[in-house]
Amino acid sequence: MPESLSSIFIGTLLANNFVLAMFLGLCPFLGVSARLNTALPMGAATTFVMLVASLCAYGLNWLVTALDLQFLRLIAYIVIIASAVQLVEMFLKKNSPVLFRALGIYLPLITTNCAVLGVALFQTAREYSFLQALTFAAAGGAGFTLALTLMAGLRERLNLANVPNVVQGTALSLMLAGLLSLAFMGFAGLGAGE
Amino acid sequence: MENLDLPQVASTPSGAMIRTLGLVATICGLLIVSAYQGTLEAVAENKRIALERAVFKVIPKAASVKTFVAGSGGIQPEGTTQPEGAVKFYAAYDATGALQGIAAEGAAKGYADTVRVLYAYDPAKQAITGLGVVSMRETPGIGDKIYTDAAFLKNFEALDVRLNADMKYLAHAIKVVKHGTKQSPWEIDAIAGATVTSKAVGKGIQESAARLLPLLVPEQGKLTTAVEP
Amino acid sequence: MNVPLHPPRSSLEELLEGIWKQNPVFVMVLGMCPTLAVSVSAMNAFSMGIATTFVLVASCLLVSLMRHLVPKEVRIATYIVIIATFVTVVDYLIQAISLAVYEALGAFIQLIVVNCIILGRAEAHASKNPPLPAVLNALGMGAGFTLGLFALGAVREVLGAGKLFGFALFGADFQPWVVMVLPPGGFIVLGSWLLLFNWLEAHRHTGNEGTRHA
Repeated sequence: MPESLSSIFIGTLLANNFVLAMFLGLCPFLGVSARLNTALPMGAATTFVMLVASLCAYGLNWLVTALDLQFLRLIAYIVIIASAVQLVEMFLKKNSPVLFRALGIYLPLITTNCAVLGVALFQTAREYSFLQALTFAAAGGAGFTLALTLMAGLRERLNLANVPNVVQGTALSLMLAGLLSLAFMGFAGLGAGE
Repeated sequence: MENLDLPQVASTPSGAMIRTLGLVATICGLLIVSAYQGTLEAVAENKRIALERAVFKVIPKAASVKTFVAGSGGIQPEGTTQPEGAVKFYAAYDATGALQGIAAEGAAKGYADTVRVLYAYDPAKQAITGLGVVSMRETPGIGDKIYTDAAFLKNFEALDVRLNADMKYLAHAIKVVKHGTKQSPWEIDAIAGATVTSKAVGKGIQESAARLLPLLVPEQGKLTTAVEP
Repeated sequence: MNVPLHPPRSSLEELLEGIWKQNPVFVMVLGMCPTLAVSVSAMNAFSMGIATTFVLVASCLLVSLMRHLVPKEVRIATYIVIIATFVTVVDYLIQAISLAVYEALGAFIQLIVVNCIILGRAEAHASKNPPLPAVLNALGMGAGFTLGLFALGAVREVLGAGKLFGFALFGADFQPWVVMVLPPGGFIVLGSWLLLFNWLEAHRHTGNEGTRHA
């Protein structure tokens, strides 16, 4: 299906936002997004892992199809993702310990982030070419970061507001997410081709 | 997850780790392969039934379906090796073995995700005579009108897909036009309020027909004769 | 995800823990991705719940059987491979049983692999307990998850399409609240359920503030 790169990018960033429309990457979205200055690094780290996962998934898919071993595809994907996250962890620990500590437990949890595996699975299902896949991953990561940042900003503000106890916490995040998702529906049809 | 850097009194020897990983790999391998082999027949049967159901819906008189691929070298039954750039299509035959029509899949990005359609092509009329939706995730009540709206489905009773003189392209590309402005037999009247989804249907058919028909039409004589019902 | 070790519980306790006290959807708020994406109808939600329960029970069983053999350093990787194996198995099983359900659940079947519940249970419970408690606990968790999914799916289907399990509940005049079956609806319905749970908890502990930890 010949989708243009810009259509994929805008579509995945806004209209089909990974978090607000496709429900991928919700655990960190609801968990990490309490503070603005952890949201951006988290988003960046996840985007990087998504790009790596996309690259590897493209190669692995070609390999698995060539060897006619489709039933091993899922295991291959998840092992590659786990390894990529391990590498990112080691890299950050060495080069930026502050960031490493700030992200804490959420860094290894990128392995179980649906968004990362989601990129690999969706690009395989839609049979994207190499460039299309990379664009898809980049836009997905950017969309994830965007949603994370928006949520963090809102929750930082709400920390100072008078919120009833019953709503505090995850229930509030979910309601906020619902409103954000509703707002993002306004982007529908963007990038859907001429 | 526990911090794996804690100092340990006795670290596991590599031999033990490799042995365990090998054991796990073997068990998992066995499980996956048995599941795959065990379900292979059932899955193939399910897919065949689903395909037949879809084709029978767009070509009402059909009684059996056969899958073919059309490539630059001509038409051949679907086999394990497919020539590069070959397009898959389905030939439907009635109970007596006569060709009733051709069905093919088209897909394009709609509002939410890909819209997949199956359309019926009549070689005698050189037109599309039926439309069925294979899968879509469009908005319920709006996008899903593409398979309930009678006026929209009427577009596909005689949609002109003639080839041009040198049989390389469609004489007129299929176009989706605003609701109520359809004038030519190769245009599709969009559903009011569901333009994006309607356009996806049109685009899917256009791309599929433009790829398939130039390869299929010159060879379509082979289909009516060389097949057993 | 941190279950403190305590003296062996009765089998019934193991089973029930996941259904109410530590319900994955409403209490632990884990495994959100499939929960929201798939729960547009009661049938889809139920199927996803069953599939996840299958993977959960099978993985916990295998992890528990191998708990003395797996070295600490590679345990997470091992668990992930085991879980991925069973997800692949369930993927083929669903295709063999019903293509319609397979199409409806789509990519989220394979995304069961990264469902935090399964890895969390394997790590916290199955790796430290003999097979029977591990399986019972997994069964309870799976049941709780299915229950949560179903609660979500049923509400969204009834409000958003006027049907339950495909059967129309209201007359032809019913104007469906379409947003309920769209992404925002998922967030809002789940948020509402959590609100309800919070309120119930708050009122059970009369006199306390009832602040809930996020």
